[in-house]
Amino acid sequence: MKKKAKILMLVGALLPLLLFVFPLWKITLEAPQYPTPLGMFIHINDFSDANPHDIKNINLMNHYVGMKYIPEAIPEFKIFPAGILITTFIGLLIAWKANHKWYLYWFILMVVLSSAGLYDFYLWEHDYGHDLDPKAIMKFTNPDGSVMGFQPPLFGSKDILNFTAHSYPQLGAVSLGIGMGLSLLAYLFVRKENKKLKIS
Amino acid sequence: MLALIATTMLLVSCNQGGNSSNGALSSSAAEKVYVAPGEHDEFYAFVSGGFSGQLSVYGLPSGRLFKVIPVFSQDAEKAWGYNEETKPMLNTSHGFIPWDDSHHPDISQTNGELDGRFVFINGNNTPRIAKIDLSVFETTEIIEIPNSAGNHSSAFVTENTEYVVAGTRFSVPIPQRDMPINEYKGNFQGSLSFISVDPEDGGMDLSFQVLMPGFDYDLAHPGRGASHGWMFFSTYNSEESHSLMEVNASQNDKDFIAAVNWKKAEEYIKEGKFQTMPANYAHNVYDEETHTATSTMKKEVRVLDASELPGLVYLLPTPKSPHGCDVDPTGEYIVGNGKLSSDLTVHSFSKMIQAIENEKFDGEAYGIPILSFEDVLAGSVKQAGLGPLHTEFDGNGNGYTTFFISSEVVKWKVGTWEVVDRQPCYYSVGHLMIPGGNSRKPFGKYVLAMNKITKDRYLPTGPEVTQSAQLYDISGEKMELLLDFPTVGEPHYAAGIAADLVKERSKKIYNLEENKHKYATTSDANVKVERNGNEVHVYMTMIRSHFNPDNIEGIKVGDKVYFHVTNLEQDYDVPHGVSMIGANTSELLIMPGQTETFVWEPKQVGVWPFYCTDFCSALHQEMQGYVRVSPASSNIELSWSLGED
Repeated sequence: MKKKAKILMLVGALLPLLLFVFPLWKITLEAPQYPTPLGMFIHINDFSDANPHDIKNINLMNHYVGMKYIPEAIPEFKIFPAGILITTFIGLLIAWKANHKWYLYWFILMVVLSSAGLYDFYLWEHDYGHDLDPKAIMKFTNPDGSVMGFQPPLFGSKDILNFTAHSYPQLGAVSLGIGMGLSLLAYLFVRKENKKLKIS
Repeated sequence: MLALIATTMLLVSCNQGGNSSNGALSSSAAEKVYVAPGEHDEFYAFVSGGFSGQLSVYGLPSGRLFKVIPVFSQDAEKAWGYNEETKPMLNTSHGFIPWDDSHHPDISQTNGELDGRFVFINGNNTPRIAKIDLSVFETTEIIEIPNSAGNHSSAFVTENTEYVVAGTRFSVPIPQRDMPINEYKGNFQGSLSFISVDPEDGGMDLSFQVLMPGFDYDLAHPGRGASHGWMFFSTYNSEESHSLMEVNASQNDKDFIAAVNWKKAEEYIKEGKFQTMPANYAHNVYDEETHTATSTMKKEVRVLDASELPGLVYLLPTPKSPHGCDVDPTGEYIVGNGKLSSDLTVHSFSKMIQAIENEKFDGEAYGIPILSFEDVLAGSVKQAGLGPLHTEFDGNGNGYTTFFISSEVVKWKVGTWEVVDRQPCYYSVGHLMIPGGNSRKPFGKYVLAMNKITKDRYLPTGPEVTQSAQLYDISGEKMELLLDFPTVGEPHYAAGIAADLVKERSKKIYNLEENKHKYATTSDANVKVERNGNEVHVYMTMIRSHFNPDNIEGIKVGDKVYFHVTNLEQDYDVPHGVSMIGANTSELLIMPGQTETFVWEPKQVGVWPFYCTDFCSALHQEMQGYVRVSPASSNIELSWSLGED
């Protein structure tokens, strides 16, 4: 059973590497004039078009309300890949050498780091949606008189003016989640096994 | 004859009565042509504009007009023939010609089936063949045809688009020379041109011409299957008359269908049996990457003389000045639509080959063997109507022929030659079209009849009223009239194709990265204005919703200002237009990623605006700019800006 758990931990530690292959997140913008919605994939090291020129066209749309252009690169594109490589390395060490309790520690580490990543993503989205050009062509206010923001949702769907924005995790994020799940599972397996041994 | 007319009229009126009394029938017709909002039609129909010189794109069965593709005539809406890029497309040996008469579109084929890559169409008046690229629905190549006049038996493609064939309607002195018209007989000649099409890029080249006797060459269709390698041309005026043709060219009981063995022609070319004639003709090519056309004058043409080269051409006697010359999907039957007759003559390809092999000839014309009528005849469709013009096939063993005088479409059985059905046309039908009709595999679901006269069929619009097309369902034993719709110009002929073979390849934008226009400005960093003497070049960009630059100073009266405008958009269906007050030319309508140029020669001092002419965005009305024009003697330096206070 411990061997099985070890394999689970090993696979769990490797799965986040798929983030280098598959996108982390996708934001999709639907509007009547866009029968093919505009879309942007967020990778751990890049933004990319869902269809050719989508980011350019999102920028063109957003300039009307004074939103900044989506940057070519952000610091996170360096930090996230390093984070994934380091935690994978740690995970592999744990799978190879360490006690099953370390599986749990690795899981907790990943939860903390992922949450930090999500929070960082939220901050970027907030800034992107609220830091508007004062010379914006169109200025909208909320019913309470405050300046309307155009922040896309972190998770889920939301109507923003004529657009419906969808924001959902992609295969990369799913791989990370499953990887983390496997490490927790590995920990629980061993713990259960140990309890059985103690009883018997 | 009178009895025949009476019988035909009776039949026609019977059918009219039958249609109008059946209300249930007409409601089902509405359903059959209804394409719900947002849905796509099943077929594209490329309908020529006749004297409009253009090619219209319709959907079938709805009859909705999608686009008018400018081909031979200037089009101010699209700047075709007005902007600097496309002016060379209308160049000829006679100089710039802003108009032509576009007649017969035909779609490229592979293995005898439509491949949906190109549409070819002839310019009748100043002989030319144009190619429309169906990835962009634009005319991308036009080649002038030397030694030709009234380029009518054109533009028909062979089974693998080896050639687009173009025959002269009028015979003329070849080469052209100063001579008395009444010495026509024996001195004037016809020419049949074979334009090769590059299998890779579709590039056209006038490969060779076949010199023929001085008849009129009216229409043509290629052999297919067993008859692949042959091209059939109908002729009239075998009398070789030159005046009062309606009488003098209608004297012979039979004219001919000329069968040209172009595989044999290729052998003769290989053997060097051609004559190289000096010539002068324009070859105009539009390059999709430079967004610019170039015109090159070609100086010679290879000519094969049909009178001297045995086995190249045979003449099939065909009654009564045949007009349409149509080949069935198997390639066995060649229909001669004798327009002054009530019968259709159908020749057999296999009987023709047999007669040639047995050398059973019935005389010759200028050294070209004439086969005996009875030896090549497969059968005739008797007393089918009055004035047969054109035939198409449904691929299920039926032929459909238009009758101009009795104004109807008649369906008949290939092989038994019996008439199955007839339906009236409103009025005086010319060509008809079944999608894929000139191929081995027609899509035998609809036939589109194209009418020359409409009289009372639509709301009147003064003395000039529209011409029309009528759509019939031919999926059943009897034809059913479904739809009647007005057309652009004269709907002379059409080519149809299943939409699925075309629509996936239709481009959405031009990639900016691939823009190799000499004056392209693909980023705002490269915007500039340059002076070279009194010539000024403005390197301008456009994107929602501004021009860059939008303020220009230092232009002087007497300058020649070239606006080279690049649309930086990379989104589907976001063109921008531009026009300058007082510019003696059309607007530009520029697709995403494209560069176009117009010339403005300011004549008055002042500050003159320009603006976007295509409603592009919410801030379209703000998409405008100013040019300051100073006196010719002024010292004001060139300057330009965007967004500066």
